[in-house]
Amino acid sequence: MMPTMDGDAWRPSVYRVARVVREFEEVVTLTLRPEGGNRPAFMPGQFNMLYAFGVGEAAISICGEDEGQGGFVHTIRRVGAVSHALASVSEGDAVGLRGPFGKGWPLSEAERGDIVFVAGGLGLAPLRPAIEHVLQHRSHYRRVTLLFGTRNPHTMLFESDFGRWRRGAEVDAVVTVDQADAAWRGSVGAVPALVPRATFDPKETMAMVCGPEVMMRFAVASLRDAGVPAESIHVSMERNMKCAIGLCGRCQYGQDFICRDGPVMRYDRVASRFSIREI
Amino acid sequence: MTSMPQPGMARCIEPAALQALIDLLAQEGYLIVGPTRQDDAIVYDRIAGLDDLPAGWTDVQAPGHYTLVRRDDDAFFGYAVGPHSWKRFLHPPVETLWRALRDGDSFTLAAPSAPAPRYALFGVRACDLRAIAIQDRVFRDGAHVDHAYADRRRSAFIIAVNCGVAGGNCFCVSMGSGPRADAGFDLALTELIDAAGHRFLLEVGSDAGAALLARIDNVEASMADVDSAKAVVSHTAAHMGRHMETRGLKELLQGQPQHPRWDDVAARCLACGNCTMVCPTCFCTTIEDHGSIDGSSAERVRTWDSCFTLDFSYIHGGSVRTSTRSRYRQWLTHKLAHWIDQFGVSGCVGCGRCIAWCPVGIDITEEVATLRVAVEAGNEAGHEHD
Ligand SMILES: Cc1cc2nc3c(=O)[nH]c(=O)nc-3n(C[C@H](O)[C@H](O)[C@H](O)COP(=O)(O)OP(=O)(O)OC[C@H]3O[C@@H](n4cnc5c(N)ncnc54)[C@H](O)[C@@H]3O)c2cc1C
Ligand code: SF4
Ligand code: SF4
Repeated sequence: MMPTMDGDAWRPSVYRVARVVREFEEVVTLTLRPEGGNRPAFMPGQFNMLYAFGVGEAAISICGEDEGQGGFVHTIRRVGAVSHALASVSEGDAVGLRGPFGKGWPLSEAERGDIVFVAGGLGLAPLRPAIEHVLQHRSHYRRVTLLFGTRNPHTMLFESDFGRWRRGAEVDAVVTVDQADAAWRGSVGAVPALVPRATFDPKETMAMVCGPEVMMRFAVASLRDAGVPAESIHVSMERNMKCAIGLCGRCQYGQDFICRDGPVMRYDRVASRFSIREI
Repeated sequence: MTSMPQPGMARCIEPAALQALIDLLAQEGYLIVGPTRQDDAIVYDRIAGLDDLPAGWTDVQAPGHYTLVRRDDDAFFGYAVGPHSWKRFLHPPVETLWRALRDGDSFTLAAPSAPAPRYALFGVRACDLRAIAIQDRVFRDGAHVDHAYADRRRSAFIIAVNCGVAGGNCFCVSMGSGPRADAGFDLALTELIDAAGHRFLLEVGSDAGAALLARIDNVEASMADVDSAKAVVSHTAAHMGRHMETRGLKELLQGQPQHPRWDDVAARCLACGNCTMVCPTCFCTTIEDHGSIDGSSAERVRTWDSCFTLDFSYIHGGSVRTSTRSRYRQWLTHKLAHWIDQFGVSGCVGCGRCIAWCPVGIDITEEVATLRVAVEAGNEAGHEHD
């Protein structure tokens, strides 16, 4: 019997690059549309495996849904071979895509309460579709806060979205930078320091956190100090990932596979390993 | 003419009939792999018949030690397991997952061109049957099926062998995985050598096994043969080289990520990854994507990888597990504890391979026992201070 690949989760589908937006120096946002057919449904917080022909694959969070056009939006930072190839595509190019994979943010559990989004750098990418979801169903939620930290004013992501999100005070979006320049009017300092200044009812809040692991550790500590219960905090974890379907074993984090049991994880379920080094 | 053998039935065959069985499998297009003696070890390779088996050899095993010596009989299966396991056939060390071809400004994907071989695995021990069942859970029975594995697995014919000797590193009894093969085979052999001659008790584990057995000379096993076969297995069970206490082991390991004992083993471990390569259940892999120089084609290749390498946990900015301590902890805790959460069984079948092939002789059973003693002593000291 000849092997077939039907229904094989190893198999990427071909997507076309419909739009390339340069966010800043090493970060681009791509709109990808399936070549024939519709893209699968996704949950904010999930990710895809993007494939650059002949170069390789990388796990990239779904960052938006390409309204009405049936595609995915992804924001990519160039750090190595694969992300470099993906960040260098032009409109019309073909890329491979498998997904979506993983567990998303607890948006329905968060209904009727306050939400605090805490993002560091590119950690904003997987939170963006969650913010859009909340805006589309704004009456289901009470106060919505976004605390975003980035290196400097030139590494501001999704600048036009911030304007829209803030309009009519739908989202209280606060931006802080590690290093300001003369023109900067916002906060300076680490993003966890914004938590005590935000207004939310800790017992009725769902916190969703994504960023570098150190930043998440401090952010979670600030949220706990502010009285948010451990089970109301969700973090999005990152580990080396090759298959995204629980077969390569690389993304293990304690007993969990990040690709399958994450990337979004309820903090109380990972609290005992969260601060252990090299887990 | 003998009656059609049924699953669960015991028959008795001569060595010549075993050769006939191998011939029939070959005629049916199976690629037959079994134990052979190469480079002073018993390894699994293609076999054409009984002449290829390591008749009259046995292995002497201890931590960091494996040698072959002559037996005083011509037993075909008078040894335990060597450095190979059957995962090299069902979950090959290097495997092309797909190929892609440039097609104008797009590309198309195709399955690898070679059809999956149909393997007859000849001489599979009970611990390794359990290891195959464990990899089934990983690759075949989860949310995402690895179709290539599932195809190889479906078409495989398995001839098990009940162990006649326990190796110096064996502890299948502790892990509840041996030494008797009780499920997961088409046919199972027990080798009998005594005054009544050299013969095999054969048990049928599947309809395919029954159909094949019906085509070779066989007689109903006598009560005496059935009893002798039982005695072979119980003798092996009573002579395990090692023991591992599994009571509460998952909780013990999961509760001790910071125990100083990890530093002790890390001081000895070379992080060479041998243990993961020889382990029949370790399944971790890496993926390499290759492109042709002219950019017209590409392929994705999966290869075995090890949690002992620095690359394994690399994410942008550095590896998560830089210390040997954290890598050994990951291996042992995954194998004996997290595996139970992930797949409902321990990841260890007690085959002892990691003990024999560790260049510095680190013994998984000893590491576990020492950690347990240290933790329990610590707990008691803690209570005294309460
Ligand atoms: C769930 C998840 C979501 C992600 N979302 C995004 C996103 O939206 N945008 C984005 O730019 N990046 C994202 N990343 C990180 C991205 O996958 C890596 O930056 C990328 O794999 C780097 O590959 P490379 O070949 O360019 O880099 P190299 O540094 O050359 O990679 C070498 C090896 O390390 C692995 N690796 C390196 N960095 C990471 C990393 N940070 N995470 C996981 N594996 C890594 C690669 O897979 C490869 O195996 C995400 C990672 C995960 C796990
Ligand atoms: S951990 Fe060691 S003894 Fe256990 S199955 Fe793997 S190689 Fe065999
Ligand atoms: S335990 Fe032994 S075999 Fe395993 S990595 Fe360490 S030195 Fe190598």
